[in-house]
Amino acid sequence: MTTDTADSAAAAAIAPAADPSFLQRHGQAIEYVLIPGAALAGALVVFGIFVALFGKNPLDLYFYMYYGAFGTWFSWQNTLARAAPLILTALCTALPAQLGMVIIGGEGALLIGALAATSAALALPWAPPLAVQFAMVIAGIIGGGLWIMLAGALRQYRGVNETISSLLLVYIALAILNHLVEGPMRDPGSLNKPSTREIGAANMIGTIPGTDVHWGLVFGLVAAAAAYILIYHTTFGFAARVAGGNIRAARIVGLSVGKLIMTICFLAGGAAGLAGMIEVAAVQGRTNANLAAGYGFTGILVAFLARQNPLAVIPVAILLGGISASGGLLQRRLGLPDASVLVLQGIIFVFVLASDALYGRIGFLKGKG
Amino acid sequence: MDFGRISRRHLLQGGAALTLGTALGARGALAAETTIGFIYVGSRDDYGYNQAHAQGAAALKKLPGLKVVEEEKVPETDAVEKTMESMINLDGASLLFPTSFGYYNPHVLKMAQKYPKLRFQHCGGLWTDKDPKNAGSYFGYIDEAQYISGIVAGYSTKSGKLGFVAAKPIPQVLRNINAFTLGAKLANPKATTQVIFTGDWSMPVKEAEATNSLIDQGVDVLTCHVDGPKTMVENAARRGAMVCGYHVNQSPLAPKAYLTGAEWNWEALYPKFVKMIAAGETIPNFYRGGLKDEIVKVSPYGEAVSEEARKHADEVKSKFMSSDFVIFKGPISDNKGKVVIAAGTDRGQKDAELEKMDYLVDGVIGATS
Repeated sequence: MTTDTADSAAAAAIAPAADPSFLQRHGQAIEYVLIPGAALAGALVVFGIFVALFGKNPLDLYFYMYYGAFGTWFSWQNTLARAAPLILTALCTALPAQLGMVIIGGEGALLIGALAATSAALALPWAPPLAVQFAMVIAGIIGGGLWIMLAGALRQYRGVNETISSLLLVYIALAILNHLVEGPMRDPGSLNKPSTREIGAANMIGTIPGTDVHWGLVFGLVAAAAAYILIYHTTFGFAARVAGGNIRAARIVGLSVGKLIMTICFLAGGAAGLAGMIEVAAVQGRTNANLAAGYGFTGILVAFLARQNPLAVIPVAILLGGISASGGLLQRRLGLPDASVLVLQGIIFVFVLASDALYGRIGFLKGKG
Repeated sequence: MDFGRISRRHLLQGGAALTLGTALGARGALAAETTIGFIYVGSRDDYGYNQAHAQGAAALKKLPGLKVVEEEKVPETDAVEKTMESMINLDGASLLFPTSFGYYNPHVLKMAQKYPKLRFQHCGGLWTDKDPKNAGSYFGYIDEAQYISGIVAGYSTKSGKLGFVAAKPIPQVLRNINAFTLGAKLANPKATTQVIFTGDWSMPVKEAEATNSLIDQGVDVLTCHVDGPKTMVENAARRGAMVCGYHVNQSPLAPKAYLTGAEWNWEALYPKFVKMIAAGETIPNFYRGGLKDEIVKVSPYGEAVSEEARKHADEVKSKFMSSDFVIFKGPISDNKGKVVIAAGTDRGQKDAELEKMDYLVDGVIGATS
């Protein structure tokens, strides 16, 4: 791959070739940038070939992808707005992954968080907006948190596989949402689109000044940074990683694995629940079936591409936000079907997962070359 | 140029040089060609709701001076706001057709406020005088076409049992089921319509299950109201049942089993809109109509439709075309025996009470909740 060699040439240029100690010291860090970068480049090349088979020029493809995702200020805002919910839903998978758990039910936590946040707002019609928003944040986090904690508890106390249970809980959450929205919580005025009552324009959280991007992006960035600090710079995070590495060893050294699982699951679900709250408070203004837009499922992809690192979730979410932002332009300018974006996501996923095997195996990065 | 209020005088001022393109073009740089954006919630070849709109878009592509850009599978979240803005900012679109019901509030409203000089034509019929003047919504009385389908179905059934695969028990859907049943009873007073609600707009697996289960219960003519009738039509035809289509003409999927169907006629309406704008007329913000107004139509009869059925259906169709024929004419009772429209009360198509329909008429087997 050309990019691969170009990147390694660049890496070689930074590191004086005659100084192997530099590579020894920084080899691992370089790997974390180089390997995903090469995987991404490889995926783009394969996607280019795929598109060429449809008789489209791959260079046009790359140009429109860049233009639609990052080419103009508008494109950037489009990308960031799409990335915002993905950062939070990705944390729902990335945090439990530290414990070796594969949670894929972020969508369910998002829906329950949205419902809880909407209920909080509707229960406080007299409160000032700031208080309502605060209550919505708390309700969203608790709602989503308890939902994923349920999957954690089933695993810890009943031995139920958390991957399956968290996925099935998504459908239960959707059924609860539909039931409440079409029944007890329905706004009688919402005739053909069953919805709850609106939380009110004053309670909406609005956009970051000077942009079109809602505050959800900031919530996401703060949550990702906090998750990173928690996992890599606290004893709690260290304990979680120990338990994730070897659960029996963790028990032997006296770690309370059950408590770790429940706490991490609560935080994970809380992040997705917060994403649901933001969808209500920044975008929809009420709860209805529109909330089940798949952010929770795309979040799984983001978490795996970020190799479950809470900080790496940020650039990956922006990348996938950019791909989806440019997807529209690919449809409009190149006449590609919508599914082509899914094809690209799939190719990237396969490349990144396959590239996992390369870590620690690239000779020159170990300073041997 | 203020797109929302182009007067005839404006057009004349421009003289002969003022083409359709410039009349529409709110953006001077692209004035030679007017760009119209179409946004679909599903895929545009779904043999259903979205394909009907795509056929309307295709009719516009044939007109000179128009450029049509399309984007499919756009969810009812802020993604549709970004798609609209992307069409405006990157493609120079000045007229937008966001075609899904759930796009309207808050997304279309937000964009219409943000871009007051551009025109937003939303399908669904939700506009009220509180909404921006540059937003408009249009919809069709497709229950008229369902009524005709019902007549044909009533003649074609041998068992007297008709089946209806429906998405959700909301007013629009209930109105179709009721109109279909009333039409069928015109042909066969003993006919019943068994209805199954799948719970959502696009649930192919449940739609197939519902189709099979209806046929197992002795139903021999089926119709539906879901986004993509393809599943129902193909499965019913395979089982030897007859079908009435919905949204578009599905006879290519089941040439022998297809009796007739209730179709949208967007390929007639959209060119009409564009011509109205070019001629300096304002499109009413709330635009409705049925068979007479060429907003809906009935599919050509299939070979299995008897002479008697054709004659009766054509007779009723000509009443729709020539006068304000009333489908919901009292006395009508619901399937629990309660009188919902009293004797002597005519509920014409524009009657607001019909928009709140929450019952199934006598002859329908099923419940709204």
